[in-house]
Amino acid sequence: MANGASPHSDRPALPDGLVVVVKRECETCQMIAPLLRHFDATVYTQDDPEFPPDVSPIHDSDLSVSWHHEIETVPTLIRIIDGEEMERTVGWLRSDWQRITGIDTLGDELPAMRPGCGSMSVDPNLVDVLRARFGDSALKSRRIELADLDDEMEVLFERGVTDGLPVVPPTEQRVLRMLEGTTRRPDDVVAVVAPDLVEVTVEKVAINAVMAGCKPEHLPWVITALEAVCTDEFNIHGVLATTMPVGPVLICNGPGTRAIGMNSGVNVFGQGNRANSTIGRAVQLVVRNIGGGRPGEVDRAAHGNPGKVGFCFAEDEAGSPFTSLAVSRGFSADDNTVTVFAGEGPRVIVDQLARDPNHLANTFAACLRTAHHPKLVIGFDCVLVVGPEHGHVFAEAGWDRDRLLSELHARLQIPGADLVRGAADMAEGVPDWLAGETLGKFRPDGLLLAYAGGGAGLFSAMIGGWANGSTGSRPVTRRVVP
Amino acid sequence: MTRLLLDPTSERTVLQRSLLPRPATLQGKTVGLLDISKPRGDVFLNRLEQRLSELGAEVLRFKKPTFTKPAPVDLRHEIATKCEVVIEALAD
Repeated sequence: MANGASPHSDRPALPDGLVVVVKRECETCQMIAPLLRHFDATVYTQDDPEFPPDVSPIHDSDLSVSWHHEIETVPTLIRIIDGEEMERTVGWLRSDWQRITGIDTLGDELPAMRPGCGSMSVDPNLVDVLRARFGDSALKSRRIELADLDDEMEVLFERGVTDGLPVVPPTEQRVLRMLEGTTRRPDDVVAVVAPDLVEVTVEKVAINAVMAGCKPEHLPWVITALEAVCTDEFNIHGVLATTMPVGPVLICNGPGTRAIGMNSGVNVFGQGNRANSTIGRAVQLVVRNIGGGRPGEVDRAAHGNPGKVGFCFAEDEAGSPFTSLAVSRGFSADDNTVTVFAGEGPRVIVDQLARDPNHLANTFAACLRTAHHPKLVIGFDCVLVVGPEHGHVFAEAGWDRDRLLSELHARLQIPGADLVRGAADMAEGVPDWLAGETLGKFRPDGLLLAYAGGGAGLFSAMIGGWANGSTGSRPVTRRVVP
Repeated sequence: MTRLLLDPTSERTVLQRSLLPRPATLQGKTVGLLDISKPRGDVFLNRLEQRLSELGAEVLRFKKPTFTKPAPVDLRHEIATKCEVVIEALAD
């Protein structure tokens, strides 16, 4: 049934004869109310139990009759024979009412036609509550019953299902509303989540998305990010278990980022934007609550980073002088995509004086060299997020994405003698046998370029990665499916 | 009215398994050592192998392809079928 109403036993039967459903708030109902005295009918009222007067209306106080009989408009007139609905009309259409009641002159003094009003059972403010109350719930999750004196926020903290911040209590109506954001069925399996290697369904993702504060339109992005994170390439198990301070960084591309109001500008990595803040958080809540990845257990990070609550942002494609990250990874500019990167917190790159792209590239290279350790190379990837004022310098000089990346890689070829253990009086470094080699700081595809940030400030940012390639984590990009 | 929330967890119940009794001696027992492929792990495990051999144990060595991922199922199976004693430890 369209509203998910149960087709079986708890559906209240309508009596044989004529049935009318009205509400006082509706002017069409008020207009036809006097007619109800002229024929025998069972009248259900949705709002005022005394309306209409003189016909002994039945108050459909919990809207059970309206819900189960899919009343979408009031007034609705139905004819029932032997418990079966034979016909119905909605609103006021004089010819229909005359035919169904068999009274040829019914309402002759009224206009021939007048549309009705929305039934309270389809009121957007009530429909989720009603679906939870009467719907043949497709949701299979265990119910947690709260005692009268329980504070629902505190119960969720006590059950260990939050990230240390309060979560939105996942009631059935909130979860049902969340599920409106996807075309996927609640029992569809999204991924197998490490470390416990448990299948997570769309329903469980939706519950955690509610808790994170997502809106329904954010859900497809959360699902896609989880699909990407739970691949062997991304290796969320290792990202969790490592003592390094990394977590999934979500970089979103495509027109959908604007449609759901994601931030790609001022304070792009910071607080204040609901989509950015909640999509990444929902992913981490699923990893915690479904996968079992909890700090101090499988999550062994020595320090972690604040982005492990959730780190998600959009690329500023409209303002960018470069092709987008997603396009560089083989997707179309019209695709909505999520790229996941195992990253630490972002760090600023300051250069307020460079107006020449070569000078700025020198600054970028010098700062990127320090990622993780100035003497550690090849083993870690990095995301460079160019800010608008820095991007302007490259745009004016005609440097595109490939040019900037190749200039940076060229500047990051380092003599092995400078990198070996003990060089520069630092024990950390590469093995001695590499002393005669020239080593790139990053693998050829180990430097990812994105464009985001506020329009004022000659800054960019870098997000260091984790053990890369097949032995660690590789960035993964997935297309968002509604 | 009853207030209900939906459970956000996997609803799994963890199976509790009890440990086997400790062997009284390692004499003649097969002990597995798993190198997780971290730098210098072999230095540590070489020394352990030496000490265990002195106690009369037969030592088998295994190695994970990468420290960042769980040991492959086949490797875990091989260890379980060939060894009588496992020394479990975390290292970094």
